[in-house]
Amino acid sequence: MKREDLVDFVYDEAHTLDQMEWETWLALFAEDGRYWMPLEWQQEDPILQPSLMYEDRLLLTVRVERLAGERTFSQKPKSRCHHLLERPRVISMGEDDGVYKVRTSFLYTETRGDLLDRYSGWIGHELVEIDGALKIRLKRIDLINFDAPFSNIQLFI
Amino acid sequence: MDRYRGNPQAIADLIKGYAVHRDVYVDPEIFELEMEQLFPNSWVYIGHESQLKNTGDFITSKIGNQPILASRHRDGQIYVLHNRCPHKGVKISSEPCGNTGKFFRCPYHAWSFKTDGSLLAIPLKKGYEGTGFDADQASKGLPRIRNVRIYRGLIFVRLADEGLSFEDYFGDSLSTIDNMADRSPQGELEIISQPIRYMHSCNWKMLVDNQTDTCHPMVAHESSAGTAVNVWERAKAANPDMDPPMAVQLYAPFMSPYEFYEGAGIRVWPNGHGHSGVSGSIHQDYEDVDGYLQMMVEAYGEKRAHEILGDVRHNTIYFPNIMVKGPVAILRHFIPLGVNKTLVESWVFKLKGAPDKLYERGLMYNRFINAPTSIVGHDDLEMYERAQEGLQSDGNKWVNLHRLWDENEPEEATDIVNGTSERQMRNQFYAWKKFMIQNMDTKAGTAG
Ligand code: FES
Ligand SMILES: [Fe+2]
Repeated sequence: MKREDLVDFVYDEAHTLDQMEWETWLALFAEDGRYWMPLEWQQEDPILQPSLMYEDRLLLTVRVERLAGERTFSQKPKSRCHHLLERPRVISMGEDDGVYKVRTSFLYTETRGDLLDRYSGWIGHELVEIDGALKIRLKRIDLINFDAPFSNIQLFI
Repeated sequence: MDRYRGNPQAIADLIKGYAVHRDVYVDPEIFELEMEQLFPNSWVYIGHESQLKNTGDFITSKIGNQPILASRHRDGQIYVLHNRCPHKGVKISSEPCGNTGKFFRCPYHAWSFKTDGSLLAIPLKKGYEGTGFDADQASKGLPRIRNVRIYRGLIFVRLADEGLSFEDYFGDSLSTIDNMADRSPQGELEIISQPIRYMHSCNWKMLVDNQTDTCHPMVAHESSAGTAVNVWERAKAANPDMDPPMAVQLYAPFMSPYEFYEGAGIRVWPNGHGHSGVSGSIHQDYEDVDGYLQMMVEAYGEKRAHEILGDVRHNTIYFPNIMVKGPVAILRHFIPLGVNKTLVESWVFKLKGAPDKLYERGLMYNRFINAPTSIVGHDDLEMYERAQEGLQSDGNKWVNLHRLWDENEPEEATDIVNGTSERQMRNQFYAWKKFMIQNMDTKAGTAG
């Protein structure tokens, strides 16, 4: 794996979200992959500290299927999203443990009807190589204002 | 021209029992009067004493629109103060919590106050000599709120000098707080983390009403809980030995049928308090946590331990604006910011001495159901916001609460009714009327 592959992965992943290709996005996660949005500054524990999200494949699948549901009233009209990413910083090439780590600064925008909501912070990727392809072991989103009261965040940062 | 200020009859006329006028949700003047009347006349939750462990610890809050400050003084007591400098009114503390050390210092001209509110020092004190300052209210420091009651660690405050005592206000409804605290083998609750905060563009009462609305989960949450059940059933079919994970145990009961909720019952108490889930609830079938029952038996004895754990009340409303969920130790605080703006803070208590797994479950429940990132929350908020818009319609000015209504329904009673009744919502509005017009100055247009 080259540094460029990691950088491309981050951009491509964001692209699947912006294109609302949810199934394709889900397939980027390893079987034991997690999506985590902490609620505390430099949080270390997703289990015994509160988080906004900490989801495994099963729960992410629920979200993705829900988005397509006929009776998903909060998605009438459907939300759209846009990721504006700074160039990802490669933190680790997995020298010790085989886990590639990348950190990316972002601006994320989500629509809700006529409204736009904007969030910013850092995305941390922990990626592993499975059958020659990169997969997400952990995607961590640290919002700069994790402690602010938000309205609905319905899609995926 | 004021329609409601100083006019108790006009306010009372908004509540017909089986229906309430839309103005209770959408009228800005009614909202103002709630801030001036309803909230000061009620006993309102402001926080938990475990947030004030050490001398100098403080928390801030709001009652109606009035900023409040509570702090732990060096005598060990908690004092609740108006968060307002006696000089020019500057808010003393702007953070939700912290430690101020030995005293509070106003950031504007450095007047300082002890943590019990009394005035400690003023720079250039000489300039006040012989001015009569000592007789002025300002010389007393931060005004202290007299009616404060800490119950099982929960801090409640009544701003109005006159009114119902704490015991008369809450009565038997305190049994839910008792049950939640008793679930700790030490009988104590603790807050060790921040709440999840969620902004709602709707009136605060829509959230309160919803807590005992048992006819909506299987409809509004089909999108979230229903999908979770479907996804789980597929996973289970592929792998039949799998036990339902904690997540599925939390989501699935939302899809319980009407008959389940009907049978579970609703209990009402005077002054607007009440709860769903009398003889069973969506919290009844969670997997046992290793070692917990044994701890409880050791602490309370066999019989009492089973009594405590067998009482699985669903949502308890403490009128006006908190909801307590004993079995997962969650407290939700519905903080009104405007007629159509409400901040929801959802707190998870840690049960002192209980296994971490219970805390994990509470935190998980909170982020699954009460977070801005919660799909269940998305379903609910969508409905509240649509209601806030729909109520602008002149097609019908009344919100219907007719379900299982009886024309002889008493406005103050302890009672157990069918679990799909809208009785608890009506119960809240009877109390709403009572506390809105209590002590009301009937001279229209007078400023307090
Ligand atoms: S306003 Fe507080 S010291 Fe002047
Ligand atoms: Fe709901």
